[in-house]
Amino acid sequence: MEKLVVVGAGMASGRALEHIFEEAPGRFDVTLFGAEPRGNYNRLMLSPVLAGEKEYEQIITHDSAWYEANGVHTRFGETVTLIDRERKVVVSKLGETPYDKLIIATGSAPFIIPLPGKDLPGVMAFRDLDDVNRMVDVSKRPGAKAVVIGGGLLGLEAAAALNARGMEVVVLHLMGHVMERQLDPAAGYLLQRDLEARGIKVHCKAQTKAILGEDRVEAVALEDGTVYGADIVVMAVGIRPETRLAVDAGIHVERGIVVNDQMVTSDPDVLALGECVEHEKIVYGLVAPLYDQAKILAKTLAKVDAAFRPVQTATQLKVTGVSVYSAGDFADAEDREEIVLRDATSGIYKRLVLKEDKVIGAVLYGETADGPWFFDMIRKGTDTRDMRDTLIFGQAYQGGAALDPMAAVAALPDDAEICGCNGVCKSTITGTIVSKGLTDLDGVRAHTKASASCGSCTHLVEKLMAITLGDSYNPAAVKPMCPCTEHDHGTVRRLIVAKELKSIPEIMQELEWKTSCGCAKCRPALNYYLVAEWPGEYEDDGQSRFINERVHANIQKDGTYSVVPRMWGGLTNPRELRAIADVADKFHIPTVKVTGGQRIDLLGVKKEDLPAVWADLNAAGMVSGAAYAKGLRTVKTCVGSDWCRFGTQDSTGLGVRLEKFMWGAWTPAKVKLAVSGCPRNCAEATCKDIGVVCVDSGYDIHFAGAAGLDIKGTELLGHANSEDEALEIIVALTQLYREQGHYLERIYKWAKRVGNDSIKAAIIDDLDKRRHYYDRFVYSQQFAQVDPWEERVNGKDAHEFAAMAEFGLPVAAE
Amino acid sequence: MTEWIELGSVTAIPVRGARCVNTPSGKIAVFRTAEDQVFAVENRCPHKGGPLSEGIVHGASVTCPLHNWVFDLATGEAQGADEGSVRTYPVKVEHGTIYIAPDVLMQMAAE
Repeated sequence: MEKLVVVGAGMASGRALEHIFEEAPGRFDVTLFGAEPRGNYNRLMLSPVLAGEKEYEQIITHDSAWYEANGVHTRFGETVTLIDRERKVVVSKLGETPYDKLIIATGSAPFIIPLPGKDLPGVMAFRDLDDVNRMVDVSKRPGAKAVVIGGGLLGLEAAAALNARGMEVVVLHLMGHVMERQLDPAAGYLLQRDLEARGIKVHCKAQTKAILGEDRVEAVALEDGTVYGADIVVMAVGIRPETRLAVDAGIHVERGIVVNDQMVTSDPDVLALGECVEHEKIVYGLVAPLYDQAKILAKTLAKVDAAFRPVQTATQLKVTGVSVYSAGDFADAEDREEIVLRDATSGIYKRLVLKEDKVIGAVLYGETADGPWFFDMIRKGTDTRDMRDTLIFGQAYQGGAALDPMAAVAALPDDAEICGCNGVCKSTITGTIVSKGLTDLDGVRAHTKASASCGSCTHLVEKLMAITLGDSYNPAAVKPMCPCTEHDHGTVRRLIVAKELKSIPEIMQELEWKTSCGCAKCRPALNYYLVAEWPGEYEDDGQSRFINERVHANIQKDGTYSVVPRMWGGLTNPRELRAIADVADKFHIPTVKVTGGQRIDLLGVKKEDLPAVWADLNAAGMVSGAAYAKGLRTVKTCVGSDWCRFGTQDSTGLGVRLEKFMWGAWTPAKVKLAVSGCPRNCAEATCKDIGVVCVDSGYDIHFAGAAGLDIKGTELLGHANSEDEALEIIVALTQLYREQGHYLERIYKWAKRVGNDSIKAAIIDDLDKRRHYYDRFVYSQQFAQVDPWEERVNGKDAHEFAAMAEFGLPVAAE
Repeated sequence: MTEWIELGSVTAIPVRGARCVNTPSGKIAVFRTAEDQVFAVENRCPHKGGPLSEGIVHGASVTCPLHNWVFDLATGEAQGADEGSVRTYPVKVEHGTIYIAPDVLMQMAAE
């Protein structure tokens, strides 16, 4: 086998390897060097990772199984320092590696403006996962501020993502409007307005003078005297090809490593591709041409004739909720005409630039569905004379075709480009679906690469699948939360935060719900997500709750209800017991039972009696035990150090304190706690959602137990030395669950999904984070600790409990 | 036939909610949808007798609070994989007031 060494594990080299294994299977023994301590991943998707919309695991393009299956020797985290072309070896810290053929794919390095203060800690680029992790860390500090230098594609994606993480963000841009290379001033204005509506400040014509700070960055000063405070400064002003290795090796380098049409450098055994190369004086930064290069490079190595030709590219901004599409050349000039459509109230702007009746450029803002259609015209030089009058309205208006989005996709020519990132055309997708018998989106992604990168063409690909497969297409690649939507719970939660959706109708409008008002599955989930995310702003929608939470009692099999008054930590007294007994007598309540959580259950209460039952219990000082709630139910306790000869701490006291602190909080599913005073564990704390086992040295905090459909012992979360610390940990843990749990997902299932380590990292290892979650819980409690019984007794939702009309036997039968 | 029987104002029922009408032979659930359509069905799920008036209303359907059977309020037919139906009663809305067909009470009384 020939020895092939690849320097650089980025998107271009990953794609090139795939093509090489296809074109020349078994021919090369491959060694892959990467400076980052990880393999190939989709760098385009770092923005969604930064925004919290995706996890790193979701953007890995090649995992260790892939490398192993293809026999790739991976050398990640190991930087190549020298190429010795005489002896045909590359040098790294672990020694020399010989090659027959070498591929340089070192990509580019972010350009750092040589400003005073550029080396301060907190000044960073937006280039790799380490940058993302650093930014995410800073964003978690309450009130953290970011300054992004550069209002281009990358800078704005970073700004929007940091803003979605809750940071105060300022964008500094040298030019008169943002994204000036892709957008004209009008579209730039709309974009700036949208960004500012999210709370991102955009400062154009900003000449940065210096980055200020002592030990780390504190502020950025402009020439005009403006100073912006900053906990981080992100430089996103451009990139330059990383050519140092090639220069040192004596390979021909201009701006980038010069390659011919076959991707071969001045050394016939050294090939290069990606952002580090220059082809016919052009350096490419967008991914589509780099993937073309990968294809050509693989053919060259396989000794198949092929030539790389420059291609047109289109751009889309990956900022959730903003639709921008730009392609071709849209500069003003003498010989050009333009067609513009503006719809100010809808924030829609479309502009086509024509030359000799052909579209040469398109900028779309707010409504971008026709982008691929215009782009196709640009590439083909379609004559537009016959449709000039309706051209700007898009494809649906041509030739009297119906306004059916499906028809528009069906009408696209076979060679229309669907996936810009990967250069996949319509017929490739439809052909592969048929030939491989594909039925789901993941399959199409795997076999065609369409929609596998930035994903902005996913809706087009799905329409093609629907057209090709007809009714047999089941778009359930993700498990939707219910048939009303294609989104899963996690996506909906993220989008509620990212798009600041604050009502159920808003969510359904923005996320394109397929039903007019949802169903019994999604409505309670959405209602919970809104209550949890926007306490104080979102008012609970009773009609979107299950009956138990609407009438604050537990519906039983015969349509009667059960009522459980709160007994803090399981404590009660003769007065309360008498009141309960009196209520049971007065309302003929058939069954009185002690529950598994140490409370008293009054079973068989008629619905119309509920308000009166509650009034009597309220009068005796008792409030709702929330035994019906997706919320905190009970804290079970033993008698602890008060009475027990083994008790090490005041378990009853801690139980009471926890229950009084946490009652009223809504959670994704029911939450039950227990506190045991010693490891004999009489309160059975180790099968609860959260359990405390008191020991001589303090409090062991457990979580993720279950004693329901599943039986599962708890995991140890950590240890607290004081009651205060135990309370803080438990409250922060509950809040993390409130923010991450899917509706109806118990703590143990949530913990299994997100991983115990991530929970420990947030709650135990990182005091700042723990406090952040604790504070958010405390904030939301001021709106939550309202006794629902008292509200109903005072008349709230009275219609729930009374009949609309009563009829006796008809008086006169005619 | 006597005249239609007045039940009350549409606004007495919460949007996407229900109220009950008590009759000598059982409860009738009167539903109001998000679009202010009004339907009347027997307040008893044919599966295990769940009170349909306590269910979540979505579109022109209701989901039973006990075991999540879904019924079309207009036809009374169970939706999805479940089979069965719940009895429906004619209602009309005029000037914001709900009326139920007079023979309904007669029927119920006769059973």
